[in-house]
Amino acid sequence: MGMKISWSKCILLSLAAGGALVSAPAFAKDVSACLITKTDSNPYFVTMRKGALKEAKKLGVHLKTYAGKYDGDNQSQVSAIEDCMADGVDGILITASAPSAIVPTVQKARKAGIMVIALDTTLQPASAADATFATDNFEAGKLDGEWAKKHLGQTKAHIAFLDLATSQPSVGVQRDQGFMKGFGIDIKNPNKWGDENDPRIVGHAVTGGAQDGGRKAMENLLQKSPDINLVYAINEPAAEGAYQALKSVGMQNRVTIVAIDGSCNGVQDVQQGVIGADAQQFPLRMAKRGIKAVKTYVDSGKKPSTSAGLNFTNTGVHLITDDPVKGVKSYSTKSGMKTCWGKLQ
Amino acid sequence: MNNAATEAPASGEQHHGPLRRVQHFLHGNPAAVPIIVVILSVIFFSIAVGSRFYSAFALTLILQQVAITGIVGAGETLIILTAGIDLSVGAIMVLSSVVMGQFAMHYGVPGFVAVLAGLSVGGICGLLSGLLVSVVKLPPFIVTLGAWSVYGATTYIYSGNETVRSQDIDRVAPILHFLGNSFRIGNAVFTYGVVLMVALALALWFALNHTAWGRHVYAVGDDKDAALLAGIRTGRVLVSVYVVAGVICGLAGWTLIGRIGAISPQAGQMENIKAITAVVIGGTSLFGGRGSIIGTLFGALIVGVFSLGLRLLGTDPQWTQLAVGALIIIAVTTDQWIRKISA
Repeated sequence: MGMKISWSKCILLSLAAGGALVSAPAFAKDVSACLITKTDSNPYFVTMRKGALKEAKKLGVHLKTYAGKYDGDNQSQVSAIEDCMADGVDGILITASAPSAIVPTVQKARKAGIMVIALDTTLQPASAADATFATDNFEAGKLDGEWAKKHLGQTKAHIAFLDLATSQPSVGVQRDQGFMKGFGIDIKNPNKWGDENDPRIVGHAVTGGAQDGGRKAMENLLQKSPDINLVYAINEPAAEGAYQALKSVGMQNRVTIVAIDGSCNGVQDVQQGVIGADAQQFPLRMAKRGIKAVKTYVDSGKKPSTSAGLNFTNTGVHLITDDPVKGVKSYSTKSGMKTCWGKLQ
Repeated sequence: MNNAATEAPASGEQHHGPLRRVQHFLHGNPAAVPIIVVILSVIFFSIAVGSRFYSAFALTLILQQVAITGIVGAGETLIILTAGIDLSVGAIMVLSSVVMGQFAMHYGVPGFVAVLAGLSVGGICGLLSGLLVSVVKLPPFIVTLGAWSVYGATTYIYSGNETVRSQDIDRVAPILHFLGNSFRIGNAVFTYGVVLMVALALALWFALNHTAWGRHVYAVGDDKDAALLAGIRTGRVLVSVYVVAGVICGLAGWTLIGRIGAISPQAGQMENIKAITAVVIGGTSLFGGRGSIIGTLFGALIVGVFSLGLRLLGTDPQWTQLAVGALIIIAVTTDQWIRKISA
């Protein structure tokens, strides 16, 4: 909290201290936190919430959870932060729907002495949060790209890009551009997709990260060029939708799909040949480390450090495939099954 | 296709210029504008894009892509004809599909029973909204706004936010994929979902124009009090419309499973907006009493034709979104111009 403590806070603190002396002789501080995710419906965030609740229970942290109504719902997240401030929590963990628009509200919370940790998605700027636990999305895409390049070998590539949304949110752009980098495409402006002119790119289409969007996007790009032999999909649902589209025209065996997520369903998709390679991220790890960081901060005042060369703490990414290529480190689906997230249906 | 728009043009009208005559014709045939727009846009994109667009395969692909919106839109049209609106149609659709999945996968009932369960849940959802609208006399907008959240949340809670995988459905209850199966006529590929959409549109067209129930639906939408005075049991008509629309949403849920393969509680989030868009572009008045199911079908097709056409022209997704939005406004403006004749 530093040296700047206002008078009102001083009074509050002394009152609290007095109260504590009177009421409870226990020294272990009561730690409370909030988890705010993008939605309550995406299994990825459901997993994150479950993991956070479990870790909080283990460490004795009081955790309340909030979520936006849909991906991109900044307003609900702003209200959630305000609720948590009113609740007087010690830490807020947030997966921001609008990484730059949320910053002023995050600053208010930090000024009130709350530790704010970004999970999964870095804020813009990343320094707006006290710490960030996230997958290196660019790296995840790059692994897919490197694998695809080697997997295709001498075959001329015709690539379909199934992206997230027209608003080009950072997580979607980083994965897309990472894939291009890994594949050896000149990415031009790394903060934007669509400005490249590599003839191997058939086109970009947006999926909303969902099955129905993935299917339609794939159908439209196939209509643009039936030569497509490689599909980059922003996530597993988009990849599964694309597979349905390919299957409906009997092309599923001629086209390689790569995706990012690493859920148990997705790893099974890799096993069954729906997806060629899948970059696995670890939402449980993000949630656990976030809760732990809040507890550590309250107990000792220590903040987590960032990974070398990055402005966030990298929680890692594994490439899962049963078709390994030379020079790209990967893990088998058998090993991927052990580290996957979400319940297998 | 001529529906309730049978009122005579303003009497004493003396100018019969060609433009005026066109306006008269369009006014008498509410589905004509969307049909003409579809034909013109198909011609435009066929010239601009060429054989990748103007092929039996691509044109039937558009039908596949709009099937769900067309089916949900048919249900929505019924409700809008009664001067109501249903914001919960997409949520009912997804809930029905999730119920089908849970019944087949977790309760182990035969596939067709699971389908019936899903359709029944759709009907029950419609019944609840219908009773609140007709008996408790709440505005449809408010009722279905609430219902949208209730059904949406029920879907997430009931499914545990989990997706049922395509491979497992194939193994346990392939009938859930039935409407996604396709057949070919030359290069044209039709899914049974498309057949369902067309059959449903024809059946509803017949019911609306050639049965007492259908005429009552128009009458209730046109002037509820007058309909009541004329001896129509408006309450029953309203409830029946919501129930039928609910079952249609259930059918859309079944179609959705066929299309995306899996059963996902996250699918179809914007389907209510897409359906209302199709209804409005299709020439149905948001004030009730005027419009047609066939118009809605073509309203959905306009959006489908433009989305695929612009994608094939190579337009960035952002520009496609902008262009489709602009076209919606142009379509509705044209429709308003036609309606001026009765003013």
